[in-house]
Amino acid sequence: MNFVEIDRVSLRYGEDGDGTLALEEASLSVSAGEFVAVVGPSGCGKSTLMKVVTGLWPPTAGTVIVGGREVAGPLSIVGMAFQNPTLLPWRKTIDNVMLPLEIVRPHCSRLRREHSIYAAKARDLLALVGLKGFEDCFPWELSGGMQQRASLCRALIHDPSLLMLDEPFAALDMFTREELWLALQDVWLARRPTVILVTHDLREAVFLADRVLVMSARPGRIVAEQAIDQQRPRRLDTTYEPTSVAIIHRLREHISAARTTNA
Amino acid sequence: MDPYSIVVEPKARPRKHPLRRRKAVRRALPWTVIVAIFVVWEIIVRAFNIEQFVLPAPSAILAAGWEWRAEMLDNAGQTLVTTAAGFLLAVIFGLVGGVLFGSSKLIYDGFYPALVGFNSVPKVAVIPILVIWFGIGTLPAIITAFLISFFPILVNVAAGIATVEPELKDVLRALGATRWQIVQKIGLPRSMPYFFASLKVAITLAFVGSIVSETVAANKGIGNLMLVASSRFEVPLAFAGLLVTSIMGIGMYLASEFIERRTTGWATRGTEVVTGPRS
Repeated sequence: MNFVEIDRVSLRYGEDGDGTLALEEASLSVSAGEFVAVVGPSGCGKSTLMKVVTGLWPPTAGTVIVGGREVAGPLSIVGMAFQNPTLLPWRKTIDNVMLPLEIVRPHCSRLRREHSIYAAKARDLLALVGLKGFEDCFPWELSGGMQQRASLCRALIHDPSLLMLDEPFAALDMFTREELWLALQDVWLARRPTVILVTHDLREAVFLADRVLVMSARPGRIVAEQAIDQQRPRRLDTTYEPTSVAIIHRLREHISAARTTNA
Repeated sequence: MDPYSIVVEPKARPRKHPLRRRKAVRRALPWTVIVAIFVVWEIIVRAFNIEQFVLPAPSAILAAGWEWRAEMLDNAGQTLVTTAAGFLLAVIFGLVGGVLFGSSKLIYDGFYPALVGFNSVPKVAVIPILVIWFGIGTLPAIITAFLISFFPILVNVAAGIATVEPELKDVLRALGATRWQIVQKIGLPRSMPYFFASLKVAITLAFVGSIVSETVAANKGIGNLMLVASSRFEVPLAFAGLLVTSIMGIGMYLASEFIERRTTGWATRGTEVVTGPRS
């Protein structure tokens, strides 16, 4: 049984049915604990896919099943991180990380009583992504990369079984981005959540994912699939090895094909 | 001859760091400006021999204020209490209204035009009606202060809540947060800088409201005192009333600024540079 099952999902924005068709009969499945990357030309509906899977937007047609149940509204088993860190400037880093605990059951009712346990958990998580010592800083005292690390921690604090990442590293410079790939890989290897990563960086997709899905231009559909059977933990230089480079080239061809046929 | 002597020399006479000196100047500047205004005023009045019932000199104003200090204090206290009461009501209604208007598109669309229409009615014109309803005295002054000052608070809080970044909302919505939780965790804290900015406008407006009302329909308060003083041609006393009003205004303004700085320091980040980890 797949953990995430998206079956011929379409989504049209606007209420009268005359808005943009962002997704058209997109189907994909992700098994539990798998790391899947979704790549595609810009504006192909990748972010829309995220919103449909997390239940933020109901699909116009088709079904989304997560964890064996059809998605009808927001799911608290999901952790999300976006291109912007979206940290709250009035909260210290650690309080930002602990924000989901104030909302998700059963943590929200326990939080007050077992605050120190949860705080220790948040500190561990921050240490895991290399933010030890910055817990009591405000987000605006951190660099962009550090903010994104904290945002990642916030997405993970409530032990989500599904992690949705919407171009989380797109706004960072390449060195910071590569550092964060390693941090994300460590976190994933340590906790093994199911991950769906939306990105437009093919190296990123190939480095991180078990499987890369290619989306067509809008309206988005999954047009190709590429398994990546490299050993874990992967090192950054694997992305420059011939096998990876060949995969990247193949993905690139899929994407340019997707752009020309549909645009 | 030591070629570096010219570099060494400043060390012999230690001077204050330029940034600290500038801070001291910045702190003294407002007081210097205020004192300078009064000095220039005094000089002009004396030099041109201006009649006291046209423009009294600051010294005459202070003298009149001192002479009538008991009445001054009594009436100023009255005005302060009415203004504070009206202001407090405005804060409560402005916050609650702002949350409602900011978090619900339906309420905003439905009620905003009516509210704008209501707000554009000159509040002085409402005072006679308030007098018919509540009689002369404290109550119309409180209500006028409230009516005139709650609108900016409401509009600002509503703006702060309505302009929350959609991505930030998504982070919480994806976790199953209720609308009230989103307002509570994000909307309200985010609107606090807007709220405090509006408080500074509102407190001055509240003084306008209460004093206008006291002038039109009261037998107590600074507004009433000024009205009586000017009808008796005791112009220095009327000016002393103005002076007391502006001192109260500055006091309330500083109070709200103090609270603002304590609670929303994150919004004015960067004024004090902090770097590196904290333990």
